[in-house]
Amino acid sequence: MDNIFSAFTNRRRVLDALKNTHRSRVPAEPPCPSCGQSAAITALRLCSKCGHHYAISAALRLDKLLDDGGVALFEDIPSRDPLNFPAYGEKLAAAREKTGLGDAYCVREGAISGRRVIAAALEPEFMMGSMGTAVGEAVTRAIERAGALRLPLIIISASGGARMQEGMFSLMQMAKTSAALRAFSDSGGLFISILTNPTTGGVTASFASLGDVTLAEPGALIGFAGPRVIEQTIGAKLPAGFQSAQFQLAHGFVDAIVPRDQLRSALVRLLKLHPETAAAV
Amino acid sequence: MSAMTAHERVKAARAPDRPRVRAYIADLFDDFFETHGDRLAGDDAALLCGVATFEGRPVTVAGNVKGIDLDSNLAVNFGMAGPDGYRKLQRAARQAEKFRRPLVTFIDTPGASPTASAEERGQGEAIARCLFELSGLKTPIIAVLTGEGGSGGALALGLADRVIMLENSVYSVLSPEGFASILWKDASRAEEAAGVMKLTAEDLLAFGMADEIVREPPGGVAANRTALMRALRGVLRRTLDELCALDTQTLLAQRYEKYRKF
Ligand SMILES: [Zn+2]
Repeated sequence: MDNIFSAFTNRRRVLDALKNTHRSRVPAEPPCPSCGQSAAITALRLCSKCGHHYAISAALRLDKLLDDGGVALFEDIPSRDPLNFPAYGEKLAAAREKTGLGDAYCVREGAISGRRVIAAALEPEFMMGSMGTAVGEAVTRAIERAGALRLPLIIISASGGARMQEGMFSLMQMAKTSAALRAFSDSGGLFISILTNPTTGGVTASFASLGDVTLAEPGALIGFAGPRVIEQTIGAKLPAGFQSAQFQLAHGFVDAIVPRDQLRSALVRLLKLHPETAAAV
Repeated sequence: MSAMTAHERVKAARAPDRPRVRAYIADLFDDFFETHGDRLAGDDAALLCGVATFEGRPVTVAGNVKGIDLDSNLAVNFGMAGPDGYRKLQRAARQAEKFRRPLVTFIDTPGASPTASAEERGQGEAIARCLFELSGLKTPIIAVLTGEGGSGGALALGLADRVIMLENSVYSVLSPEGFASILWKDASRAEEAAGVMKLTAEDLLAFGMADEIVREPPGGVAANRTALMRALRGVLRRTLDELCALDTQTLLAQRYEKYRKF
């Protein structure tokens, strides 16, 4: 039903344009929010002075993480508008134009230093990386493919949570992805969950919190309820750093904080510690 | 069926005289023994668990606890469970599997508790782990929506083989107030939100997210509690019989498919 959005024809062109902008070192236009200097931003979107982690697109993340960038999967999962929600179609079209993606995800099959993996990343610039049916379906297919091929699974989350415009269909994605991870886990699959800024709501309360190993980027906001909702509920300001990656490490909910420029080497080490099983194809 | 608006359904689902979880337990089950605590940190009064018999057979029961007035609601955080509650549910679910008891949940919550202390103790992880546990639990699960079911806080009790909704219960991705607040930055547009969210039992049945609607007696559930419970008892008996007849592999495969299709 509601198969209303066709594939985005010039997706590849927009993607390439984005990559090229990010690949060259360009001077930071506004001063860095962490150190205040107009320092250059690196290819991984880090402040070259203080290492501040700027937002990074899902495609660029996977380009940098996988050997030769890997091969894109499940690019044409149609977004759905099951509630016929006012202006949702226009919002989706604008997000496609802005990101070059069909919805808020990239899934790839590839390798990290030669070790084959399935890797997925959510796109924070696409309606805040929110999870509707297309994102939930892409994540579930990624999990199922990793299970079928007996490959490690890596998911990089960046999401405001459930996509409100799809109502209960969004909530069902939490059940769908979690059930797929349960089956994957029962079959012995390795899932490395990487939490980046922001990871909140229904994504935190489903697949993002179900990693065998959970890593977080420095400074990432990670939580279930958003800070604004909590402040309204308790009638007080939250302390600085509440729900930060460091906060989650201190409270026992992540295994390690890994800066973006060390992620690939951390994954190489982790993958080596989880050798391929004999059944791997 | 009367032509109530979605907003009127939300109001009915939240009516203070609507039966609470302990009323369902008293009327539908015998020998209820409440089991407190998550064995980690605490005991959440907003989510109860226990063991009982349903027409002679042992079952595990869990449900959101709501009060009827301000004082009783303050004691149970208005039915909004925290991580301790969701981890208590996980413990009860694992015991249900171990002792081969079906799990029956009663859902009536505006959502998970959005407090600083809930965040410090991993509210997101606690809900996610419920979904993980329930999706692979090797025993039948029946969820009954009795009032309002809001957000992941409700889904944590709602991943089930059969989802039964009372006629005036509602189930939504977020409360209409929260939905209006997020999308329109205006919580006062909750009535309008209820209208577009498709959260009634009829909507959920049409989507395949609810499997059955239990009609409420004319004149309201508060005044006709016996009739409501009789109807629900019949549905529970039939559903338990159906699910208990399935072998575990079929049960789990059907449960996977039930959520895979969305
Ligand atoms: Zn800086």
